[in-house]
This record gives sequence, structure tokens and C-alpha cells, in this order.
Amino acid sequence: MAPKSPPKATLEHSQSASGSAAAHHVEEHHYRSGPLRWLLTTNHKEIGSLYLIFSLSMFMIGGAMALIIRLELFQPGLQMVQPEFFNQMTTMHGLIMVFGAVMPGFVGLANWMIPLQVGAPDMALPRLNNFSFWLLPIAFTLLLSTLLMPGGGPNFGWTFYAPLSTTYAPPSTTFFIFALHMAGISSILGAINIIATILNLRAPGMRLMDMTLFVWTWLITAFLLIAVMPVLAGVITMMLLDINFGTSFFNAAGGGDPVLFQHLFWFFGHPEVYIMILPAFGIVSVIIPTFARKRLFGYASMVYATASIAILSFLVWAHHMFAVGLPLVAELFFMYTTMLIAVPTGVKVFNWITTLFRGEITFETPMLFALAFVVLFTIGGFSGLMLAIAPADFQYHDTYFVVAHFHYVLVPGAVFSIMAAVYYWLPKWTGHYPDERLGRWHFWLSVIGVNLLFFPMHFAGLAGMPRRIPDYALQFADFNMASSIGGFLFGFSQLLFIWVIVKCVRGGVKAPASAWDGATDLEWTVPSPAPLHTFETPPDLRGFKFH
Amino acid sequence: MSGGSYYVPASSKWPILAGLAVGLFMIGTGIVLVFDTGMVLLPIGAAAIITVMALWFRDVIRESRGGLYDAQMDRSFRWGMGWFIFSEVMFFLAFFGALFYVRVFALPWLEGGGAKGVSALLWPDFVASWPLMNPPDTSVLGPQAVVSPWQLPLVNTLFLVTSSITLTLSHEALKEGYRDTARNCLLGTVVLGVLFLIVQGIEYYEAYHHLGITLQAGIYGSTFFLLTGFHGAHVTIGAIILGVMLWRIQKGHFSAHNHFGFEAAAWYWHFVDVVWIGLFIFVYVF
Repeated sequence: MAPKSPPKATLEHSQSASGSAAAHHVEEHHYRSGPLRWLLTTNHKEIGSLYLIFSLSMFMIGGAMALIIRLELFQPGLQMVQPEFFNQMTTMHGLIMVFGAVMPGFVGLANWMIPLQVGAPDMALPRLNNFSFWLLPIAFTLLLSTLLMPGGGPNFGWTFYAPLSTTYAPPSTTFFIFALHMAGISSILGAINIIATILNLRAPGMRLMDMTLFVWTWLITAFLLIAVMPVLAGVITMMLLDINFGTSFFNAAGGGDPVLFQHLFWFFGHPEVYIMILPAFGIVSVIIPTFARKRLFGYASMVYATASIAILSFLVWAHHMFAVGLPLVAELFFMYTTMLIAVPTGVKVFNWITTLFRGEITFETPMLFALAFVVLFTIGGFSGLMLAIAPADFQYHDTYFVVAHFHYVLVPGAVFSIMAAVYYWLPKWTGHYPDERLGRWHFWLSVIGVNLLFFPMHFAGLAGMPRRIPDYALQFADFNMASSIGGFLFGFSQLLFIWVIVKCVRGGVKAPASAWDGATDLEWTVPSPAPLHTFETPPDLRGFKFH
Repeated sequence: MSGGSYYVPASSKWPILAGLAVGLFMIGTGIVLVFDTGMVLLPIGAAAIITVMALWFRDVIRESRGGLYDAQMDRSFRWGMGWFIFSEVMFFLAFFGALFYVRVFALPWLEGGGAKGVSALLWPDFVASWPLMNPPDTSVLGPQAVVSPWQLPLVNTLFLVTSSITLTLSHEALKEGYRDTARNCLLGTVVLGVLFLIVQGIEYYEAYHHLGITLQAGIYGSTFFLLTGFHGAHVTIGAIILGVMLWRIQKGHFSAHNHFGFEAAAWYWHFVDVVWIGLFIFVYVF
């Protein structure tokens, strides 16, 4: 329920604090109205909204592809689509959800909230920010257009292993490479912008260890992005050369090695996994203290745990390749480093639970999603530990157990955290509370749907059902039917999410500056909805009560 | 920390035009590669990228000269350029990683080394060596000879190392206010960069026409052209950037204390230099 207590703004909004100066400043900018405004904007809030809308659109498109997959797998045998098209769906679903939905979703939240949480007037490099965003619609239009090209779209899985993606790939693969290049440029530039903002634009009096966990996790995520997106650019460039110029990087006949592709891809790919989960940790670490009405337990250990996970993420990549024929010493090394990650992750889960202990907890929609995150992400983490055991992985590899594992960390993990963040910050963005009753419906339908969808996949996978196959043996029929029903329940529940957002933008219960009872971070000191320009004069935060 | 003077630009058309230009260039290149036709979009895209970049930078230069940027803005640019160069480091690291992996693991395993020497069954007669003159499969023709490091590559090493020194001299002169010296030294740097590219061009011609080192010549040709080619592209970009800085010195844009454009270009050039040292050692000498 919407809290009834009055706003407890601890800071006057900067605009009222320096009235005439601020008014003068606004006059200097000539902000456009009309449709061009959105194309040319340099405002972090508008660009943040663009990112979030883009992310939601991609979530629905990628989701529709997932439903095609689940429809085909509803029963054994081939019913709806041809295997060739099925492969394109699994590939595109993965690519769109990773690069089009989850990553831009987090970047949108970063754009909106980092300047507000560090007391900055905007992102450090606002024009670059606009460039980063508009590359994405261009990249994904190109990526989606490959489905209509002769030979069809990418059909080799989102991990695009060579030689499937080189020697045996459809002609459209070259366009897929260029689309990914553009998405990569977007990510790198966006990450540079985020780091510059956090390191350089914090308001006077805010030290690094005063920042919210959301800002901290994004600082570390941005570092990971800048470190590994260029490696992705490198590996797809080598693919481009192998396909179009006859080089032999991934071709053993010329002295190259397909396994080299896997090493390079996963050197990018594993930090990429944490790029998709660290900001989620940040969101949950902000929401749980608010609704438990307590300070976050173990703030410093949260920061150090995040940094440890980021560093370890560079040393675990070959656990994706246990079955490829690595030397024994490599199997052992990557098995132990992978298990080591459970330690800082465990610290985080411990801290969230300890924050809840003896808190005055209320269960508004953002909190429901955050709590579901803690429980369900942990399930995904445990199945990850099972997969980390190299000898056991020989059985799990390429089965639905893997699919269950990474969907548990990505859907009720990353995606739930984005939903939690949207419910949490909608009052700040729109000035209205989201409809609590509809929000609860959305939550419960999603949580039931997502478990019905992904939990049976554990059993199907342990029993040996391979992933990325349009047909399966009869003994997997019941598990798959349950998964498909869960998939449709989860998928269609998201229409409710869109409705809640549209309804909240159009009206609703008015939210005060401090929209939630236990919220203490800096963004709750500015009015709701946040005016287009905030903190044009940096607020003096000496004496501000941080987290 | 700033006192509220941080410059937030008004809306601008350059970013989205830059996005469209990049899209045009990439789609144009894709059409040429995939459909082997339509050599139209590619040059238009390339020209559009250059034009938009020039106009965007023109705005930034005007704002800077108009006194709109404060010390905090300067720090944002520094962080931005620094992290951009870090991303470039990682880009080249992927290529060096590929080179090391092939040399240390892939080729010995193809020959039958290691506990999992099954891949040796594919080409039983294969003998691993580096440079790899005889690729495993006879369908791939290896190079006949390799480039001697102590001829053209050594000359190029001297060019680039000297260019880094002249660039540093230029920077020191700029800081001391000797504009003419700064200009002359920078001109020397650009000339050395262009000489490097010419020598590289000669070397590529030799490689293709006399030594049989081509993109298709197995993994040696692949890694050779990947590493030297992307490095050469970076030298080209760096030389163009330094050329712009030369023009800006001539126009009197830089003061002894305020010349971050020059410094960023210098950082970039030194980075490209360091990459070359790595190339010289691991691609040519060893």
C-alpha cells in the first residue's frame, strides 16, 4: 500500500534553493518539443526513459519468440515450426533478451537514477549518451531483419560457436556481426559515460563509500563492460574474416582452432553474465532496506563482495567448456575458481536476509519482486554450483538443466530485479504510485508462471533432455507440457505489467517527494515526478545521512 | 568539485546522425560482403561518419573556446578518453590472446601433443612449427617465407619510437608556450606516422606478391594481418587526429594550460606505439 506518511525530504530541491540562478540556467537551454525532442535529447531522464521503453519492447519481442519455442515443445513431435526456424528462434530469443532487453534495461535505470543518486545535473557526457542509445534501435532493426534474408537469420545459438557460425552459417551472419558490433559500441560508450559520471560528478560531500549499492554495482559493471565488450568485438571480427576473407582463426585445416572461438567468446561471456546480475544486486540492496525500514546490513562487505565477483569473473570462463576436451589442470582450475564465486555471492544473500531480520517489513510490489529475487536467484545460484563440478557437468552439459539454471538467474533474477526497480521508481518518474492491486496480480502470476516454466526443466535436463532441439523423447512430455503452460502464463502476465506502467504514467495516487516510508537515498529529496532538470547546482551533502 | 557550472549541452542532432551514419556504413559493408553488390552505401556511410564527427567535434571545440567548460568538465573528458583507450587495450588483448593460444596450445595439440592428442588423427603428417609454413590440410597453402624483423619492421619500429619522442617534445614545447616548436615537432610526428604507413604498405605488397603471406595462408597469415592490419588502422586514425591537432595549433586553439584535445591525441598515439612494440616482439621477432 502507498505509505501515508508525509514526505520527509531532507534536502531542499536545488531549484528552489537557488531560484533565480536555476531559472536563468533553464532559459539558456533550448529544449525542443515535438517528436524531434526524443531524437535529439541530451537529458538523462529522457534518454533513460528511451532505454527503458526500448528494453520493454525487446522483452516482448524476445518473449514472443520464447512462446513460439514453448508452443513447439508443448508436445513431442514437430507441430508448429520447422527445425530450421526453431533454431533461429532459440538464437534470436537469446540474443535479443541478453543484448536488447536485460542490458539496455539496466542502462536505462542507470541513466535515470545514477545522476539522481549522486546529485549530478546529468550524465557526464550527455551527447555521447544519446549516441549510445540510438545505436541500439538501429542495431536491433538490422538484427531482426536477418530473419527475412535469404537463408534465414542466425540459427547457431546465442553463443554462436564456430564452425556453426562460420563454415555452416547462413549468409545473413555478416549482418548479425555488424548488428552486434553496433550494440557493442553502444555498451562501451554507455559504460564510459557511467564511470565518468560516478567518479567525477558526485555532489560535494559524497564519498565513494557513501554511494548507494545501485551506484556501486553499476560502477563495477561499467568496468566489466569496458573490459570485455572489446573482446566480443575482437572475436566477431575474426568470425567476419573467416567467413568473408578466407582466414583460418577457427578452422583447424589452416592451423586455427574452433576451441579458440570458445575461449575468446567465454572470456567475454562470463563477465557478461555478471554484467547482467551485478546491477540487479544493487537494486535489491536498495529496495530491501527501504521496505525493511533498516539500514543495509554490511554495506562495506556488499561493496567488496561485488568487486570480488567482478575480479573472479575473469578467471572462470572455461567452466562453460568442461566437455570440450580441456587439459585436466584447466578443468580443476576453472572448477575451483567457479566455486570460489559462491563465497562473495553468499555474503550478499546473507546480508539481504540479515537486513530483513527484525525489520519493520511491508510487502509493497517492489518488495515482493525483491524478495522473490533473493529466493529464486539463490536457486539459480545453487544449480550453478552443481554445474561448476566438472565431472558432474559432463552429465549436465547442453541439457535442459543448464537452461533451467541460467533462466533462474536471468528471469526471476535479472528481469525480476528490473521489474522491482520499475515499481520502486515509477513514483519518482511519473509522480504517481503504480496500481498496487494490479502490481500484486502481476507479481503472483509472474512468480507462479516462472516457476512452473523453469522448475520442471531441472528434471528434464537431469533425465538427459538436450537443449536447442525442437523434438524430444516421449518420457519428457509431461515436464515440457508443464513448462509450456508456465511459459504462456508468465508471458501473458507481462501484458499486465505494460498496463500497470501505462496506467501509472496516465494518472494515479499522487506520490510525494519521498514516495516510500523507509526510503532515504538522495533521489527521494527531489519532487515526484522529478523535474526535467535536477541538481543543476550540486547539493551540499556534508552532513547528509547516507544509507 | 564544481560550483554548479557543469556544462550540460542542449539537444543536438549530431549523436543520432552519427548513429545513422554508423548504421549506413555497417549495412553498406554487409551488402557488399554478402550480396556482392551495391558499392553505394559503404562510401556514403564512411563519408557520413567523417562529416558528422567533424561537425560534432567542431561544436565541442567552439564550446571549449567559448569558455563553457570548467575543470570538472575537463576531468570528464580525461576519464572518458582514458577508459576508451582501456577498451582499445582489451580489443588488442583479444588478438594477442588468439596468437598466444594458437602458438602455445592449438598447434602442438594438432601435432599430437598433450594428453588429448586425438586431433592428431585428423592430419597424421602434420608438424607444428611457428611461423606455420605448412598448415595441416593441403587445401590451405602456407606462406613461402616470412618477413625478416630486422629490415622493414625494424625501420618502422624506429619511426614509431622516434615519433613518440617528437610528440613528447611537442607537448613539452606547448606547455612552455613555444608554439612554433610545438608545431614543428608535431609535424615531424605526423610525417613519421605517414612514413610508417608507407613502409607498412611496401611490406604488405612484398608479403602478398613475393612471400605468399596472404589472409588465406593459414593461421600465420591470419594472425599476421589481423594484428598488423588493426594496428595500421589505428596508426591511420592516430595520424589523422594528430593532423587535426596540427591544424589547431596553427589556429592558436591551445594554451599552455588548456590543451586536452592535444593530450588525448598524444595518449592515443603512445598507446598505438606500445601496441607496435608488442607486435614487433611477438609477431616479427619471436
